[in-house]
Amino acid sequence: MRGFNKVVSSYQEAMAGLSDNMTIIAGGFGLCGIPEGLIKEIENIGAKGLTVVSNNCGIDNFGLGILLKDKQIKKMVSSYVGENAEFERQYLSGELEVELTPQGTLAEKMRAGGAGIPAFYTATGVGTPVAEGKEVKQFNGRDYILEESVTGDFAIVKAWKADKIGNLIYRDTAMNFNPMAATAGKVTVAEVEEIVEVGELDPNHIHTPGIYVNRIIQGSFEKRIEKITLAKN
Amino acid sequence: MSLNRDQIAMRVAQELQDGYYVNLGIGIPTLVANYVPNDIDVMLQSENGLLGIGPYPTEDQVDADMINAGKETVTAAVGASIFSSAESFAMIRGGHVDLTVLGAFEVDQNGNIASYMIPGKLVKGMGGAMDLVAGAENIIVTMTHADKHGNSKLLNHCNLPLTGVNCVKRIVTDLAVLDIKEGAFHLLERAPGVSVEEIQQKTAGQLILPQNGQVPEISV
Repeated sequence: MRGFNKVVSSYQEAMAGLSDNMTIIAGGFGLCGIPEGLIKEIENIGAKGLTVVSNNCGIDNFGLGILLKDKQIKKMVSSYVGENAEFERQYLSGELEVELTPQGTLAEKMRAGGAGIPAFYTATGVGTPVAEGKEVKQFNGRDYILEESVTGDFAIVKAWKADKIGNLIYRDTAMNFNPMAATAGKVTVAEVEEIVEVGELDPNHIHTPGIYVNRIIQGSFEKRIEKITLAKN
Repeated sequence: MSLNRDQIAMRVAQELQDGYYVNLGIGIPTLVANYVPNDIDVMLQSENGLLGIGPYPTEDQVDADMINAGKETVTAAVGASIFSSAESFAMIRGGHVDLTVLGAFEVDQNGNIASYMIPGKLVKGMGGAMDLVAGAENIIVTMTHADKHGNSKLLNHCNLPLTGVNCVKRIVTDLAVLDIKEGAFHLLERAPGVSVEEIQQKTAGQLILPQNGQVPEISV
C-alpha cells in the first residue's frame, strides 16, 4: 500500500502548489464540517485572486471569512453569505465578485463536475436573476436552465475518519458539501479528526472512496458553533 | 387582533398531515415544529443533510457536527437519516418533500415569490429556497401582510428579485389565510377580530372574497 499512502505531516505539504488565481472548492455548511487548518494555511500562503466555491464564506474571524480581510478572495460562488459583515461590505462596494448560486445547484455543480458531467438542466432559478444569460430548454412542458458544473485546482474537505489511503467517513451533518467537494478538485486535500490504518474502516461505511483524495492531514479542530440552541428545561 | 409569530405557526401546523415529509424554512416556519398535532407524525427535512430533525439538544447533547439549515444545534429524531447536500437536494428538487414552508419579503398574485435579496441593501443569498420552491408541489409562505410602514407585501407584481415563479399556492399572514390561483389572491380566513376591509386595504394585489361574503376567523 506504499504507493497509496496519502498522509502528509504538515499543512505546508497539504496545500503545496497553491498559487494566485486558483479555484478552490471547499466543503462545509456554515462553520460545520469545515477544514479549519487548511483554510488557515491558505491564509498563511497568502495566495490572492482566488475563486472560492463554497456554500458559505465563514464568519468575520473564522472559517473562510479569514481570507476576506487580506482580500485573498476575488470571487465567491455561494448560496448564502449572511452572518458576515466584511463579506457584505466587500460585495456592496464591488471589491468582491459574488456568484449567488442556489444551494442545490451548487451541490450538483460540484457533484457533476467531479463526475465528468460538464453541465445539467435544472428548474431551480427559472425566471429569477439566476437564469440570466443561461440557456432555457423545455422538457415535458416545463422550463429548465442549463447550469455549468465546477471543478477546482484544489478541493479542501473535512472528514471525521480517514484511513491512510484516503477513504473517508464523515460524521453527522458535518458531511454536507464535503463528499461532492472531494470529487471536484484536481488536488483534493482532506483534513480529518482521526487517521486509522488501512483495513480498520468497514468498506460498507466509506462515504468518499480514496480514489478522490490526494492528501490527508490530521487536523485539530475548534469546531466553533454559530448558534447554540438548547431544549427548554 | 393580528396573529403573532407563534399563532401563524400554529395555523400552518393545521396543514400538516400524518406521514408528511416537511421542510421548514428559517424564522416563523421553524416554529411550526412546536405545534405538530400529537396524533400525527411528520418527518422534518433539513437541507444541509438531515431527514428527521429532533428536538434541540440539552447542554450535554450539544454537538457542533449536528446542526439544522439555520445553523442551530439540533438532535436527530428516531428514524433519522443523514446524507450529503447533493442527496438532500435530490429529495427537494425531485419533488419528494410533501410540504415546504418558507418566509418571503413579497408574494404576488401569480404565485411569484421574492425572499432572498434587497438590491443595494441586503445580501444574504437564496440558500436552498430556490431549489425548494422549484421542487415542491405544496408551498406555504408565512409573512406579515404588510411591512412596518403599512405597505402591502401581497402585490400585483413582485418588485424585488424573484426566488421562484408561479409556485406559491397558499399564504398564512398575521391577518389572513389566502390561496393564490388564477392570477389573484383568494381570501379564505381572517385573523380573529380583523376586518375584511383591513385585509382589502393591506392587499395591493387583486383580492377575491368568498362568493357568500363570509370569511371565517382563523382558529388557533
